[in-house]
Amino acid sequence: MMRTYAGHSTAEKSNELYRSNLAKGQTGLSVAFDLPTQTGYDPDHVLARGEVGKVGVPVSHLGDMRTLMSGIPLGEMNTSMTINATAAWLLALYIVAAEEQGVPAAKLQGTTQNDIVKEFLARGTYAFPPEPSMRLIADMIAYTVTEVPRWNPINICSYHLQEAGATPVQEIAYAMSNAIAVLDAARERVPQELMGKVFARMSFFVNAGVRFIEEHAKLRAMSILWEQIGRERYGVEDPKHLLFRYGVQVNSLGLTEQQPENNVQRIVLEALAVTLGRNARARAIQLPAWNEALGLPRPWDQQWSLRIQQVLAYETDLLEYPDIFEGSKVMDGLVEELLEGARAEMAVVAEHGGAVEAVAYMKAALVDSHRERIRRIETGEQVVVGINKFTETEPSPLASGEDGGILTVDPGVEEQAREAIARWRAERDQAAVDRALAELARVAADPSENIMPATIAAARAGATTGEWAQTLRDAFGEYRAPTGVGEATAGPVSVELDEVREGVEELSEQLGRTLKILVGKPGLDGHSNGAEQIAVRARDAGMDVVYDGIRLTPAQIAKSALDEGVHVIGLSILSGSHRELIPAVMDALREVGVDVPVVVGGIIPDADVEPLKRCGVAAVYTPKDFDLTRIMGDIVALVARAHDVQLAAARA
Amino acid sequence: MSDDLAARLRARDLSAAPAVLNLVENRSPAKRAEIEALLAGVSPAALGGEAPGHVVGITGPPGAGKSTLLSALVAAWRARGRSVAVLAVDPSSKRTGGALLGDRARIVYDPEDRGVFIRSTAAGTRLGGLAPSTRAAAHALAAAFDVVVIETVGVGQSETEVAEVADTVAVIVQPGSGDALQFLKSGIMEVPDVLVVTKADLGQVAMRARRDLSAALRSLGARDTPVVAVSSVPPVSGIDELVAALDAHRSSLDLEARRLAARRAGALADFVAEHGDAGLRAVGGRRAAQRLLAEQDPAADIPTLVRVLDQAARS
Repeated sequence: MMRTYAGHSTAEKSNELYRSNLAKGQTGLSVAFDLPTQTGYDPDHVLARGEVGKVGVPVSHLGDMRTLMSGIPLGEMNTSMTINATAAWLLALYIVAAEEQGVPAAKLQGTTQNDIVKEFLARGTYAFPPEPSMRLIADMIAYTVTEVPRWNPINICSYHLQEAGATPVQEIAYAMSNAIAVLDAARERVPQELMGKVFARMSFFVNAGVRFIEEHAKLRAMSILWEQIGRERYGVEDPKHLLFRYGVQVNSLGLTEQQPENNVQRIVLEALAVTLGRNARARAIQLPAWNEALGLPRPWDQQWSLRIQQVLAYETDLLEYPDIFEGSKVMDGLVEELLEGARAEMAVVAEHGGAVEAVAYMKAALVDSHRERIRRIETGEQVVVGINKFTETEPSPLASGEDGGILTVDPGVEEQAREAIARWRAERDQAAVDRALAELARVAADPSENIMPATIAAARAGATTGEWAQTLRDAFGEYRAPTGVGEATAGPVSVELDEVREGVEELSEQLGRTLKILVGKPGLDGHSNGAEQIAVRARDAGMDVVYDGIRLTPAQIAKSALDEGVHVIGLSILSGSHRELIPAVMDALREVGVDVPVVVGGIIPDADVEPLKRCGVAAVYTPKDFDLTRIMGDIVALVARAHDVQLAAARA
Repeated sequence: MSDDLAARLRARDLSAAPAVLNLVENRSPAKRAEIEALLAGVSPAALGGEAPGHVVGITGPPGAGKSTLLSALVAAWRARGRSVAVLAVDPSSKRTGGALLGDRARIVYDPEDRGVFIRSTAAGTRLGGLAPSTRAAAHALAAAFDVVVIETVGVGQSETEVAEVADTVAVIVQPGSGDALQFLKSGIMEVPDVLVVTKADLGQVAMRARRDLSAALRSLGARDTPVVAVSSVPPVSGIDELVAALDAHRSSLDLEARRLAARRAGALADFVAEHGDAGLRAVGGRRAAQRLLAEQDPAADIPTLVRVLDQAARS
């Protein structure tokens, strides 16, 4: 199956995009929701500011879902939804929207991502604490296995683990441990005779990096482990139920901002990793766009990614042979090695009490692996063409168009969404909504009940995404996942880092206090890998680091900067909401009287750098600034300048 | 500048807190006089009595649920109209000197609420120790805030030092880990004023931990030390009981005696931090130093007491 991950601005605009993609030969839908929808906030919530319609489509209620799927025959569609904490809610909206088209739930096909452990580990769009989150997943599995039997209620994601720095062994081990935690929870809600069916509906979403031989071995190892877990742990016998089914989005972490055209060949090679051998071939493939590291891809960029798949499938002889690695000693050896490592790591997770209890352990391990990866690139041990080798280049005609080679979302979208939801609330039957939410609250408080029927009733009554999530937040409590940075071990020392450390020490002496930095992520973007690496490197450079984690309002950042008495602030944003959020943070800082240098890191298009600097940002870093130690050096110099301190290192 | 700050604290102006911390954390010799002036400005002599705030030490091992508990406690105190300052002391890396002050992120409160102040500080290199500035900060902020929390990480070491500063010390125990129980029995850990068992939602395990601790306390003759079981996740429970237990300890306390002991212990610690054991020998040893401090004016602030020791060491 071929599809591209899409959705932005409004339900109406995204619906147009889906219909044009289907017309171009795409065979399924992959819905990208915006961050407020993913984390359970309505567009008029304070945390939604700057995020509405940015990384996906906002779906706030039944009306939005109706518009999004209008004119698309849901009975024939296979729809993949990248939705996790609020998956039960979006599935409910989809079921009701289909029902209105006359399509019964039993005919619906598709997938809700619904993998909460990787949200705690890598992606950050969780809403509730671990235990009730696992209950919601188990409820969905128990509900769909009989009511929506062609639906994949969960898609275990190892994709984001690799993006967060996982080695192949870690990717296999954590994904399998995660699947075990989900199946163990489901087993308590599903009769044993249905466990085979439940097992068969579990699918995976994996990553494929550019080391594509090893990546292919990884997938063969996963399918072997999966079958073994099914047989031994869950008593599954039907060979069809035991198949390892996975979809794939190839690696974004390795895509570069420098010479971005090279990303096209990286994407092709990564696509080979998941298609080469028939015994471990992907069921569905999504390829990223060549310009992901620059900003949001345009329709043309997405078309290019679709065409890559079409060339592979229809022009090459890739699909004409049985498994081409069968009997290969090299491949078998590689698989065996990965299996051995993964089994050992799975045992460690099991010792912690399983994947849910081991979140803090796995998170710290990922932060460590990611740091190691960055170190190898910084030292040149790992070659990345265009970044640390072969860096000289002609100007790229691809990225020099009028739009800078990326898509920009109309800033008016958020205002429209705010007005639209106010209208929706005014026009619905409020008493019916209140009754539905009261019933939802009752069911949430009783773990023996299934959340789905009350959720579908609330969807039908016209409740909003924010109301559904708030009802559950009240019942379950809120949660902040471990950051992993506190446990990260101190990195190896380099000459460059030593120099920065001396600078930090000297500056701290001059300031009278240790140089203190606040690292934070405003908005709803949960991709915290970059911010975590900055925090760890600042610690290693000898700074005191206040790492406030993800999902902060401008007011929270300002208050913490003031109370903590920091000398400098580092903000990270990857969701494209920097144009709204950074000025809001600067205003909030001014309001509380904090005047310290602010640096910003993230996916910031060139055209946005000047406006950010005009509103007071001292420096902007993008994915091409891969040398974190150099950034630390810049920060020391910046603070020194702000305090009129002459450093010995700078004088020399 | 420090006169200003002391005056603002005396007037219970909470917005002085960030500047107060920036000053007391400053290690440069040039700021020393200013810090001393600030502390003199909030000494019992200047206030006409002990500072009104309740200084609460909260200590426990990593992962025991301190931050979630603090979130719930801060909310409970705010609901009672009390202002709260939290001084969170994090361990720092021995190798790099840097520190990740990460746990703070998990204390959830309303950023618009000016009645809450949170400062996290690196402990420095001493094991289980307080940051050198924390003692001064606690004394100063107690003049303005209703509650000053000193949060530290550890079991068995850090609470001794916290006990020298705080009016009330609560030790957090995670059910299922026997550490606190062993430390109590073996005398490594002193009996705290309040014992808190977190994660009461774990049911049986938490209840058993609570029973075991109560039994250990009884066998040590500390029959009156309350053991409170709390759950900071819904359904939240035990927080009101904990607030009441902390209040009860404070009202049963001879506050003047405890604060006086705290100031004298603080002066001694600061003196030793500066001059080491050699300095202590010059005064005639720890006991002699303690006797000398006991002869001083009960209303004297810490810098004044340190100066007395300095003089004794030189004479």
